[in-house]
Amino acid sequence: MDLAYGPEYEAFRQEVRDFIAKHRDKASRRNEWQRLLMAHGYAARTIPKEYGGYGAEPDILKSRIIAEEFASARVPMGIANQGISMLVPTLLELGTEEQKRKWIEPTLKGEIVWCQGYSEPGSGSDLASLQTKAVEDGDDFVINGQKIWTSTAQAADMIFCLVRTEPDKPKHEGISYLIFSMKTPGIEVRPLVTMTGLAEFNEVFFTDVRVPKKDIVAGRGQGWYVANATLKHERGMLGDPNQAGSRLKEIVALMQEETVDGERLIDNPLYRDRLLQLQARVHAMQFHGLRLLTASAKKEDPGIARLIVKLQGCELNHQLAALAIDALGEIGVLYGQSPHLRAWGTWQHRYMFDLGLIIGGGTAQIQKNIISERGLGMPREPKLAKDNAEPKLEKA
Amino acid sequence: MEFGLSEDQRLMQDSVDRTLEKVSSLERVRKSAAAHEAYAADIRAALVDLGVPGIVVPEDEGGMGLKLLDAALIAEALGRHVAPVPFIGTAVMAPLALMGAGSPAQQRAFLPKLAGGEAVAGIAISERGAGAREGAGVTASNGKLNGKALFVLDFGGADVFVVGDRTGGLHLVWGDAAGLKKTQLTTIDLTRSIGELDFHNVEAEPLVSGDAQATTRRMLDAGRVMLAADTLGAGWRMIEKAVDYAKERKQFGRVIGSFQAVKHMCAEMAAELEPGRSLVWYAAHAFDEIPAESSLMAAHAKAHLSEVGRFVARTATEVHGGMGFTDLLGLHYWFKRIGLNRQLLGSPERVRHDAAVLQGWAAD
Ligand SMILES: Cc1cc2nc3c(=O)[nH]c(=O)nc-3n(C[C@H](O)[C@H](O)[C@H](O)COP(=O)(O)OP(=O)(O)OC[C@H]3O[C@@H](n4cnc5c(N)ncnc54)[C@H](O)[C@@H]3O)c2cc1C
Repeated sequence: MDLAYGPEYEAFRQEVRDFIAKHRDKASRRNEWQRLLMAHGYAARTIPKEYGGYGAEPDILKSRIIAEEFASARVPMGIANQGISMLVPTLLELGTEEQKRKWIEPTLKGEIVWCQGYSEPGSGSDLASLQTKAVEDGDDFVINGQKIWTSTAQAADMIFCLVRTEPDKPKHEGISYLIFSMKTPGIEVRPLVTMTGLAEFNEVFFTDVRVPKKDIVAGRGQGWYVANATLKHERGMLGDPNQAGSRLKEIVALMQEETVDGERLIDNPLYRDRLLQLQARVHAMQFHGLRLLTASAKKEDPGIARLIVKLQGCELNHQLAALAIDALGEIGVLYGQSPHLRAWGTWQHRYMFDLGLIIGGGTAQIQKNIISERGLGMPREPKLAKDNAEPKLEKA
Repeated sequence: MEFGLSEDQRLMQDSVDRTLEKVSSLERVRKSAAAHEAYAADIRAALVDLGVPGIVVPEDEGGMGLKLLDAALIAEALGRHVAPVPFIGTAVMAPLALMGAGSPAQQRAFLPKLAGGEAVAGIAISERGAGAREGAGVTASNGKLNGKALFVLDFGGADVFVVGDRTGGLHLVWGDAAGLKKTQLTTIDLTRSIGELDFHNVEAEPLVSGDAQATTRRMLDAGRVMLAADTLGAGWRMIEKAVDYAKERKQFGRVIGSFQAVKHMCAEMAAELEPGRSLVWYAAHAFDEIPAESSLMAAHAKAHLSEVGRFVARTATEVHGGMGFTDLLGLHYWFKRIGLNRQLLGSPERVRHDAAVLQGWAAD
């Protein structure tokens, strides 16, 4: 156990601080900020230079220092959209040279926005049962079907999408991973308004959408394995303890400022006790993050310790928002443009949005299946009789 | 930066664990509990052979000179095996009392004996950690103690007691001192001995060479981390027992571990408890290396592990069905160990209040 970073890293920390102090006024211009961060290696840090990254050796301590300093200075980190967090690592791992050169750099710069076309109306948790079909026709695949819950599809330039190309194969082996433009003829996007009041995701319909065969990542029938590579990156992104840490600080500030009948919220022993319970949980998850970081630096498998992060982290964020709302009381239910609104209604938005994150990216129940099966070695659900278990792949 | 255990620490914990696996079997624990033993002398002897009582005692006083994190790893192993032996008081809090506030002569006189397992020290500072009940409180004047102390740790068979008085002073009292009345307090947990001391003009030797107030704080912090670690070990053992049982027990023609309700209970226990390990490690590390955070993190570790420990204890019992509720299975030893840990040196509510005070969020 040694929590000191040592002189080399402290010097690096100072560099990051100096950078933030000098440039923080530019942070509101999103793409310009992103390019500046990339030029200094504070975004796209370990992506090879030939694909537009900074080309640094992976060093998780430096990555962590960057995250810590940006969080404590409250300046935004580099863009963390689905293209950067999920597609780029997938292409780096499994893409062709041409695909890497073409897509990675503009994605990193924020010039290309991607959406993730996995879920379908009939295939959510059971993603491998997906039905959207891609049939070979000359040099193209022709896609028909529907995706749903597709975040940012309304603004996306491109989609990475799972389609069924081999209907005769068992469900996991018949899927392919395609990347194509959202401007391709035959795509229709219908925004879906969520409980937050905003259209945070969409339905996406495909009617005879033609995608060149070369725009497949890895081989035909490999899509399930490609997708799992991406899901791994997505789950790492959800449940980040740094975010919980900064939210906790916001709640402390709120409870010290807000009063009810002239009494500060922090002086109310019931709210204060809830705050302290959550503070312990936030610390536990932060230290847990340090432990996982060390394990991955040493290339050790932390086992069950890693499997619990999405479940616990997302739940914790949700509970933090709940406390802020409860402490605010009636003021806590104000929303939209209401008078007396606090923090632009952030806490209610988070409370709702974080419930979405508990569901998205593998529901809490699916996480518990994973923890019990892979982490504790408990048996899988018994399979249904063959006829019921197999998805009917060929709907007329 | 490295957040994890060293190879030495893993080996040390492993050897304690393997020893306890042999000597602290459920049958042995059951026997000890049934006989209301002060402690299981054979188990203690095996731990003495490993140097366990001297874990934090400096090497030149005959100990191992290790840190609180090392002690926490031992506490975890003791919790895992519900070991009926003194540890938190005699091996951790008493040495800290002597090192923090004892004179060189007092240290010389006691530390080697504690480290070598020749003496057991009980700890009477519950009033400072959990608050005074039943009119408890000890007054010191002219080298004599009067009053009473409840919930004394490592009580049974103690040769000497470290006693905190009402003004924050610390004293050593011989177990056979004249005017000292010792009463065993029977708790739910029969694997550890807890008692009451009544003082009638009892001869005491004050610990006056250091800051007794600050030392008491250190003892409390360390004790809280130890209790949290004990719960961590006991809790994980309960999860393992639940999982093993669920993989064997059949109902409706299948093992109950294939029912999702049961799987999810197990997953929730693991997900709740495992970050607690990171918190315990950090709190133990902070005790020695990050003084500014030491008391706060000890409080958080104690309160948090108490809460998740309670959830694990009841849930693991439920997974076992009626069998979980029986004396026969013995799961209740772990359940009760966790239950006692929760209240000792401050309930979660009280400990969280301490955490608030430490951060300036509440008045003392
Ligand atoms: C905010 C948000 C953003 C999203 N963004 C995207 C996106 O960009 N792209 C994309 O492709 N998808 C996206 N999703 C979809 C998300 O991945 C799915 O919602 C999720 O996988 C669950 O699928 P479902 O909605 O069909 O629910 P279902 O699978 O129908 O689940 C309904 C309920 O049944 C439970 N359940 C299902 N199967 C099991 C099982 N085996 N064991 C126990 N319980 C089970 C679930 O836990 C849940 O409680 C998003 C979802 C949300 C909420």
